[in-house]
Amino acid sequence: MRARYWVPTLYIVFLLLPIYWLLNMSFKTTNEILGGFSLWPHEFTLENYRVIFTDATWYNGYIASIQYVALNTVLSVAAALPAAYAFSRYRFLGDKHLFFWLLTNRMAPPAVFALPFYQLYSAVGLFDTPFAVALAHTLFNIPLAVWILEGFMSGVPKELDETAYVDGYSFWGFFIRIFIPTIAAGIGVACFFCFMFSWVELLLAKTLTAVDAKPIAALMTKTASTSGYQLGLLAAAGSLTLIPGAVVIYFVRNYIAKGFALGRV
Amino acid sequence: MNKTVNQRAWWFVLPVVLLVAFNAVIPLMTVVNYSVQESFGSNMFFWSGVRWFEEVLRSERFHASLLRQLAFTAAILAIEVPLGLAIALAMPRRGPWVSVCLVLMALPLLIPWNVVGAMWNIMALPTIGLLSETLHALGFDYNYTREPGAAWFTVILMDVWHWTSLVVLLCYAGLVSIPDAYYQAAKIDGARPWAVFRYIQLPKLRYVLTIAILLRFMDSFMIYTEVVVLTGGGPGTATTFLSIDLVKTALGQFDLGPAAAMSLVYFLIILLMSWLFYTLMMRNQSR
Repeated sequence: MRARYWVPTLYIVFLLLPIYWLLNMSFKTTNEILGGFSLWPHEFTLENYRVIFTDATWYNGYIASIQYVALNTVLSVAAALPAAYAFSRYRFLGDKHLFFWLLTNRMAPPAVFALPFYQLYSAVGLFDTPFAVALAHTLFNIPLAVWILEGFMSGVPKELDETAYVDGYSFWGFFIRIFIPTIAAGIGVACFFCFMFSWVELLLAKTLTAVDAKPIAALMTKTASTSGYQLGLLAAAGSLTLIPGAVVIYFVRNYIAKGFALGRV
Repeated sequence: MNKTVNQRAWWFVLPVVLLVAFNAVIPLMTVVNYSVQESFGSNMFFWSGVRWFEEVLRSERFHASLLRQLAFTAAILAIEVPLGLAIALAMPRRGPWVSVCLVLMALPLLIPWNVVGAMWNIMALPTIGLLSETLHALGFDYNYTREPGAAWFTVILMDVWHWTSLVVLLCYAGLVSIPDAYYQAAKIDGARPWAVFRYIQLPKLRYVLTIAILLRFMDSFMIYTEVVVLTGGGPGTATTFLSIDLVKTALGQFDLGPAAAMSLVYFLIILLMSWLFYTLMMRNQSR
């Protein structure tokens, strides 16, 4: 092992400490937590997790979160695919302005849109459904997906398109049977990013839901404030929210680096 | 790539334009609407011109939040960018450890933002938190709910924990894309490590570093959830950044006019700064 590797090693230890502390809390009883400082759970318990898996308000939170995140990912990437193709292959009236306008939506602070979104989605009758959150999150996920996909598509030589047309493919035949498999890695990365930003965003998700579609992470804040301070339960719920992220990262681990550079490196 | 002119390409971008317009233009118009009106009760509105804008631009509360926000964003960029670059440079380039490093580093990025706040809350709580107990053992008088300094320290540490990995991953992506031939040439010329960094790695990293700075700028400027969960904007207003102040005004006090005017000013600041970064970035790319 080379000497300079202590830098990333130390950094990873620093990253894992709060995660360890959260897991540590989640396996403790309330008495032990309030009893004082301990580096590991002395009375190991799974009670906190049992509560979450048996109480419908808790596990419905997970289902709601997964629902809108999945919906949003499909919607964002499906809409972004043809648009990214247009940006990478054609010049058209206002293309550069349109591209920048799309990006400006990635820059819009959710706090600015919270109240108008609440009114808009109440008016169209989608309030408190997964569709509302999924649609609202396209605000920042579509620009991002277009940006990433455009990067990956620009890396594919145009000759591919031309050869396919010479071979007698129609546009959509080419697009679905040749082009999409060629940029599969890019689509994976775009999905990963849409998943990520929809999964972690909460201000909008919380504003647009009341009971039925309340995301899991928002339920946690409620627990902390209403039923006393149940730290163990809070920690267990928090620990469970780490799992979907970890699973998704594992699948895209070989593309993460390229994806973070938005396909342009 | 030379692109062909094709106006029918608009059909391809139409779904995106419609979706984003529904989500961006309608709410933005609502905000603009509120910003020039005075509201009484829930349904009575009167034209008030630019009064709210004048009020916001003159209000000391807004100046204070803006100043805090700028200080926070500057601190974040000053810490995370060099740190992320250093970690990326020290990371192994190939071998089985690369995947392990990348997966572990990406983990904080995929944690819901209020869970991040809750995690650091648990870390910093007196008597049971790892961070607070370690600092007490070292002899520091640490209490983030009472002292602004401690609150800032915790908030910045949390953000470094949360987002430095983004800079690392971006820089790492840039570094692995440098062909080995460059390093071999440097070796033949007898270049020192500093020269390799200055003349080979840094120029190649310029584009990814711009993306990193742009993303970190935008996201730290919009920070809300993590800080609200951790400190609630306190003690006092010590960590009340722009978004927190805005939500307090709009949803807490229901002052729609001033909140809307503030939203627009806030949005314009981000837009202007991002436009600057974006033009710089595009100029670099075309070079």
